[in-house]
Amino acid sequence: MGWYNKRLAKSIWVFHVSASPCNNCDIEILDLLTPRYDLERFGIKLVGSIRHADVLLVSGIFNQKVGPRVQQIYQQAPKPCFVVGIGTCPASGCCFKDSYNISKNIKDIIPINLYIPGCPPKPENMIAGIVKLVEVLNA
Amino acid sequence: MRPEYLFYLLVFPGLLFTGTLGLVVGCVDRKVSARFQFRVGPPFLQNFNDFFKLLGKETIITKEAVASLFISAPFIAFSMIVLVSAMIGTAMFFGVSFGGDVIVVMYLLMLYSVMVILGGACTGNVYSSIGAGREIKLLLADELAFILVLLVPIVKSGYVLSLDGILAAQQDGLFIGSASGIIAFIVGILCIQAKMTLTPFDIPEAETEIVDGPFMEYSGPPLAFWKLSHLMMWVTFPFLLILLFWGGFNLSGLGILWAILKYLLIVVVMIIIKNTNPRVRIDTALNFFWKYATPLALIALILAVLGA
Repeated sequence: MGWYNKRLAKSIWVFHVSASPCNNCDIEILDLLTPRYDLERFGIKLVGSIRHADVLLVSGIFNQKVGPRVQQIYQQAPKPCFVVGIGTCPASGCCFKDSYNISKNIKDIIPINLYIPGCPPKPENMIAGIVKLVEVLNA
Repeated sequence: MRPEYLFYLLVFPGLLFTGTLGLVVGCVDRKVSARFQFRVGPPFLQNFNDFFKLLGKETIITKEAVASLFISAPFIAFSMIVLVSAMIGTAMFFGVSFGGDVIVVMYLLMLYSVMVILGGACTGNVYSSIGAGREIKLLLADELAFILVLLVPIVKSGYVLSLDGILAAQQDGLFIGSASGIIAFIVGILCIQAKMTLTPFDIPEAETEIVDGPFMEYSGPPLAFWKLSHLMMWVTFPFLLILLFWGGFNLSGLGILWAILKYLLIVVVMIIIKNTNPRVRIDTALNFFWKYATPLALIALILAVLGA
């Protein structure tokens, strides 16, 4: 599968899932996709439909309402499909970790392959994270 | 059937040539579009990576979809485009053609749109259905103008209904040099823009409103073939226009350079129109085609009948 993984690494289509975020990470993700950072250089493209996606950019804590829906979206994505958790929230819950309404085990909802911590992470940071994913695929 | 027809269909003007050239020209499109937005743009072979990546993805068939139609629509549409490009290519490069193939080309190009409509409407998704409905409206808008445009070279060549006959009639004067020819050519470029659903007329697959419209539920190889046949239209339609109005290609000596220049000129004009116009509403598109483009094409046809 080495040859195929190289193709996949060069053409990552991302789909943006916001799982009850505070919206800062979403603004940074939108920044990431502007002409200034020009992710199309790496073949990365934002797609509107989950059926076309290779990578899900998930931001936010998963509260109890949105958790099952994120799981549904993950099941609708064609495999191979990777999940990137943007921000500190998917990694540790950030300042919301003691809230009454968050899902306790994010790992049971979807398998997150890569965390990009930061509150919110800068676009440069996200590019560095995606490049790590590309390196893993190319290895 | 003679064996070289298989070669025509599968290798030279058909599948392999058009597919490769389409993927390359798709890269040109993305690169030029990127330069319009002051970006660097994707690497040059990006579309090949996209295509092979999609071939390896999982194909999901939704529960509500009519599975047979859902799967067969992209492949039928793809074979339509392969057939059209093979017909245009053989007439242009080898002079092989049969009587009435202009009509067959019209039919097959319309069948592509019909397959988009069927494939989009059978997925059971609301956005796909909206996209399919819009595709029907766009087809109603541009089809008449497109047929009138195709009639102009037929009339000017003395009512010849074959592609190589039209090509032969242009030996003593290109059709684009006449008044009717140039009007029909310009209307033709606008019709192509709508037939390929490029940006001012990308109403059926408006990414930001109805998320790729008819293609929304497609994933994996069927999506790859939708994308491929869409990119192959970057070859088919400009070749058709060059054949009908601009005297085809002369592939001897410096003629190759001139051929590439002709082809790139049409492609770049289409990319410029695509990048400098916002998406129009469906009623604006209908207005545009029925009030301006179709009458212009009709004027061109009348001029052609009168001999101008």
